[in-house]
Amino acid sequence: MVEFLYGIEVVINGLMAGVMYSLVALGFVLIFKASGIFNYAQGVMALFAAMTLVGVQEGQVPFAHLINSVFGTQYHHFGWHINAFVAIAVAALVMLLFAYLVERYILKHLVNQEPIILFMATIGLAYFMEGFGDLMWGSNIKTLDVGIPQGGNFWIEEKTAFLGGEDFYGFYLDTLDIYATVIAIILVSTLVLFSQYTKTGRALRAVADDHQAALSVGISLRRIWVIVWSIAGIVALVAGIMWGSKSGVQFSLSLIALKALPVLMLGGFTSIPGAIIGGLIIGIGEKLFEFLIGAPFLGGATENWFAYMLALLFLVFRPQGLFGEKIIERV
Amino acid sequence: MNIKRMMMATAVAVSVATPALAELVIPSLVYRTGAYGPNGIPYADGYADYFALLNERDGGIGGEMVNLIECETAYNTEKGVECFEATKDLGSLVYQPLSTGITYQLIPKATAADIPILSMGYGRTSAANGKVFSHIFNFPGNYWSAASAVINHILDQENGDIKGKKIALVYHNSAYGREPIRTLEELAKKHEFELSLLPVDHPGQEQKSQWLQIRREKPDYITMWGWGVMNQVAIQEAANIRYPMEKFIGVWWSGSENDVIPAGMKADGYKALAMHNTGMDYPLYDDLKTYLYDTGKASGEHAGTVLYSRGMYAGMLAAEGIKTAQKMTGKSNITAGDLRDGFEVLEITEEKMAAIGMPNFGPSFKVSCESHGGPMVTAIQQWDAKNKTWSLITPFNPGDMDVINRLIAEDSAAYAAENNLSERCG
Repeated sequence: MVEFLYGIEVVINGLMAGVMYSLVALGFVLIFKASGIFNYAQGVMALFAAMTLVGVQEGQVPFAHLINSVFGTQYHHFGWHINAFVAIAVAALVMLLFAYLVERYILKHLVNQEPIILFMATIGLAYFMEGFGDLMWGSNIKTLDVGIPQGGNFWIEEKTAFLGGEDFYGFYLDTLDIYATVIAIILVSTLVLFSQYTKTGRALRAVADDHQAALSVGISLRRIWVIVWSIAGIVALVAGIMWGSKSGVQFSLSLIALKALPVLMLGGFTSIPGAIIGGLIIGIGEKLFEFLIGAPFLGGATENWFAYMLALLFLVFRPQGLFGEKIIERV
Repeated sequence: MNIKRMMMATAVAVSVATPALAELVIPSLVYRTGAYGPNGIPYADGYADYFALLNERDGGIGGEMVNLIECETAYNTEKGVECFEATKDLGSLVYQPLSTGITYQLIPKATAADIPILSMGYGRTSAANGKVFSHIFNFPGNYWSAASAVINHILDQENGDIKGKKIALVYHNSAYGREPIRTLEELAKKHEFELSLLPVDHPGQEQKSQWLQIRREKPDYITMWGWGVMNQVAIQEAANIRYPMEKFIGVWWSGSENDVIPAGMKADGYKALAMHNTGMDYPLYDDLKTYLYDTGKASGEHAGTVLYSRGMYAGMLAAEGIKTAQKMTGKSNITAGDLRDGFEVLEITEEKMAAIGMPNFGPSFKVSCESHGGPMVTAIQQWDAKNKTWSLITPFNPGDMDVINRLIAEDSAAYAAENNLSERCG
């Protein structure tokens, strides 16, 4: 009985982890859907957004090392500490500016290029952003605190402890994960509403369906790209906040993209619901596998392996992913 | 990122394409970038600043200027080997790879090139056996003495009886993280405690499964062999499940300010092993301030932190090895082979440490042909989250040398058999 209850706990925590993976995968899907670009820089965007948020919140002088090295000054902080909401708004504005600059200086010059060229461009962008972020905000580990509580939820633990005997301590749920789930639901709902019921949303869907047709009815591809990269930037900011709250903001945050890849392979690169369902399946699957087989029989640390194995299986039997559009090419 | 230091390092790297004669070339395998950069930077700064101080204040070592060549590895084994290949013919005296993976790869290469490796507190533990590993030194401590130090501390806490206790090892799933397992298994047999192993895959951003397992199994103590983001997430997760921090003991690579600050007050009481002291309360810092920080030759941004102190300590040990070799050979412009010989007779005394400006900073010890591992003593430090300081809470104590020496002998004998090596030190 206790093992069964702990199994349920693992499933619930797997769901929560899946939501965190979906948050990252969403950014990939948005850009791929609208422009056919696999954005290698999505993880670095999350890192850069979180670094900007902490930098603004803590009143850090951007490029302080560079300024001090060149001018021999000692500027590090403005001396303020800004409210988290204001800092999030400023970081969001920076991500909008980032989207504009990406379109203006990279994508604009690559219209009609092969997808592989666009992919290569995003690799370059990722490395540029890594260095630029370090130069702007420094590479030290930053503590991110936007007021979201963290740690095991006492209330849930106490209220569920009666389900098992002495060896059951109640269900463990991290409060941060609960917040992340609520925020993800709001984010996805907003995206769906925006996509279904606004003129810009319809334009986005039109571009996603057929670039040429969308262009022929007067939709500006460049404008759509700025919008879509802006939304992906905001999604990256949300992912950066959630993951950064757990580990501090540091380079490793950019590696969360690795957790999104199997989600995308499973859910499909073109489906927002696919990113969510894919994330949940990967989250539950890897945690359950680790609980039932990985830890007891294989020595543990099987999660990454399992996630990619599951994704590989889906690729073999359904290459477009669970919700992806089937690619049919006639010769 | 320290721009000035990077520019200087680049300039130095360019200038050593054809190394000038009569200088002491020391390659510094650093990682200022990548996932482990936040830890690599303070260490690299401490290492560089120590040699820069010797150059500025003393005109180098024994009259020879030190030429430090930084080579970026990004904590990547292949890149580390490339750095070695690119610098080994420049008159390089000693390598300190700061990576167990890189150290393993360089053991045969450096031995063949007659260049010593000092893997201070990391790398292959059995390299402490100088009879087999002629060019590898890992004083003053290694992972097996560290594992034993953890168990000894737990024994102290439990009045010498840990029979039936549960101890969990949370480790980086790499060559580094797996190093203490053998020793812990031996000690588990000896003291009859229950050991559970919980690997965490690189980089360690997601550890929910491991901490749910810990919450279910409720180990009496947890020890951690982590690095980089794995440490921060583990300490945060431990706090999340309300695991008592004073029963959570990290190795010395899981015990820097970087590891505990993100968890805030929840990390208060967390313990870690220490192979040296920390902080800025040492006379050496007066000189560092005068010659480097105040003159803009170094930022001193990380001065006094655990990893900066460790880099400085590593630099000091290499410099003392060079001084010993210079004295032994009677020449200032020593070779790597001379330094290897110097390391084998290196003696670090408290008087010497005090004269350097680092009194009570680390243990006194003596290296020999047979023992390249030094004293294998370890202290425990504890984090005070309120004052954001680490403090040593025990003296430097030896590990269980019966077990450690036996394991070192077994492992090094296996290495010697695999590589057809005969024992030295006659």
